[in-house]
Amino acid sequence: MSETTTAPDQRTVSGVAIRLEGVTKRYPGQQKPAVDSVDLEIAAGETVMFVGPSGCGKTTLLKMLNRLIEPSGGKIFLGDEDVTGQDPDRLRRRIGYVIQAGGLFPHMTVGTNIGLVPGMLGWDKERIAERTDELLDLVGLDPEVYRARYPKELSGGQQQRVGVARALAADPPVLLMDEPFGAVDPITRQRLQDELLRIQEELGKTIVFVTHDFDEAVKLGDKIVVFDVGARVVQYDTPEAILAEPAEEYVADFVGAGATLKQLTLTRVADTELHTPVTAQAGEDSAAVVARATAAGEQYVVVTDGRGRPISWPSVAELTRTTTVPATRDDRLPVVGLRSTLNDALDTMLAASQGGVVVTGRRDSVAGVLVVEQVMAAIQATRGETRG
Amino acid sequence: MTAVVDPQVDVEPGGRRDGVAWRGLLVQPALIAVALVAFVVWRSTATLTDAEARPLAWSALGSSVVDHLELVAVAAVVVLVIGIPLGVLLTRGPFRRATPLVLGIANTGQAAPAIGLFVLLATWLGFGFRSAVVALVLYSVLPVLRNTMVGLQGVDARLVEAGRGMGMSALAVLLRVELPLAVPVMLSGVRTALVLLVGTATLATFIDGGGLGLLITTGINLNLDTLLYSGALLVALLALAVDWVGRVVETIARPKGL
Repeated sequence: MSETTTAPDQRTVSGVAIRLEGVTKRYPGQQKPAVDSVDLEIAAGETVMFVGPSGCGKTTLLKMLNRLIEPSGGKIFLGDEDVTGQDPDRLRRRIGYVIQAGGLFPHMTVGTNIGLVPGMLGWDKERIAERTDELLDLVGLDPEVYRARYPKELSGGQQQRVGVARALAADPPVLLMDEPFGAVDPITRQRLQDELLRIQEELGKTIVFVTHDFDEAVKLGDKIVVFDVGARVVQYDTPEAILAEPAEEYVADFVGAGATLKQLTLTRVADTELHTPVTAQAGEDSAAVVARATAAGEQYVVVTDGRGRPISWPSVAELTRTTTVPATRDDRLPVVGLRSTLNDALDTMLAASQGGVVVTGRRDSVAGVLVVEQVMAAIQATRGETRG
Repeated sequence: MTAVVDPQVDVEPGGRRDGVAWRGLLVQPALIAVALVAFVVWRSTATLTDAEARPLAWSALGSSVVDHLELVAVAAVVVLVIGIPLGVLLTRGPFRRATPLVLGIANTGQAAPAIGLFVLLATWLGFGFRSAVVALVLYSVLPVLRNTMVGLQGVDARLVEAGRGMGMSALAVLLRVELPLAVPVMLSGVRTALVLLVGTATLATFIDGGGLGLLITTGINLNLDTLLYSGALLVALLALAVDWVGRVVETIARPKGL
């Protein structure tokens, strides 16, 4: 396994490039090929999103990358290596594969699930155990708590995290994700997306990700491939470019009428000016906190736990009724990460019926507050731009 | 697991449900024991005619039960050796096409009246233990075969794909994913087959195959109700006991986490 450390603002790359040359899939008895001679180059360490209508061949193409579906023609390269004729089982151990709901084996513990591929590669037990814990940490699950659990004892989001951990177990350079977040609720999906962005920032794998959700593609992708029937590549570009200049009528239709609002998906929370809230630690003297908030002209206070993570967001009026700042955790507290999009932030606000969200940065500590007015301002700005 | 961090963790997965299952499993052996004790008490105290006493002697009863179990055991082993691999094979790639044919034959075996099957086979293969075993196998292979197939077909196709997708060979996916997940369904098929076997083995006596059926037929032929009832009771208790053992095995072998 390669230990990758990230210097801020410098991209780590542990992935390899993928090159497709004339990759074709014909099914017997069908006139038109499901995938018709696709040429595609994916740079190392990039996240490339496959989008397109259902039945366009994007999933077939993805599954040909790890040869779950055997191509009828063409060549596939990982780096400079032609893997088209390689033993598929060996090839797949070098390619992480994540499917909807994680595809965890229900009769194996989380630890066993994660350790499967390293086990097949002949790692010793100690190394597998170490790696398992490291990965659970990476996807934000406490190894002590989750290692020995069975999948059914996890929530959908947690299962999906374990699915990602399992795919990363042997540190494969390439990760294939087949609509992985399709089965979870919107808020969990958004958290998982944030998590993936964070992990990808840390690891720099080459990720190929199939989705039918264009917002998800815009949020997660360095590049997006828009496919039409037969896996015809209609446009292959950055999300910004596709939104700004759809190559064909077809792409414009697919991107949708709300394209101006889709700009919200392009703007990250970190790109906006965040408001710095008054914060208080649980257990502090309420009166002092209230005085501090009043002095700053604030009506709300973000309460954090011992490690600086937000736990609740009471009003000053609520705090004046207490003697010390309560340590209760508000499960409905609207939180987004710095890498979340304005779209996510707006969604989160609506879901929590709040006029703002707490934004967290490194290690989930409070980075600021984003209020609905700022999101509205961003919408106004983009609408102005597109009109003018 | 070394340290219990979360209070939920120290509950063995599925622990509560297992507890309930185990309590349910205690009722059956209790009933069997009560019936058996009643039989023993009756047998020790009843005054029997000579014709009744001989087949009901402890040693005669013992050897009847052993004969019966022998028939069941040999047939069961053959059923497992044929049924499970055949069931696995019929869910693999090209062999799937043979499924209707094989299931058809197995269905016929079970649908045919058991007594007819015994007699037909005896006229063909000769009387005795061997023909009895063949008839029993034909009669009881279906539940094992069918449940093996149903169990394997019931495994989520996405899990199979996930296994292949992470680089497991087809055999590894079968052994580590499909079969373990199919175990509950397969075992219930095995249990059904065993219970069928215990009951059907009473017919072996008609083709000189031995077993507890002898008591029953003698009871009928000589109009000795004590023999008839004793035989019937013992077969019933044996079937219940086998069923119970099957349930215990199912509970133990059920993969954790399901």
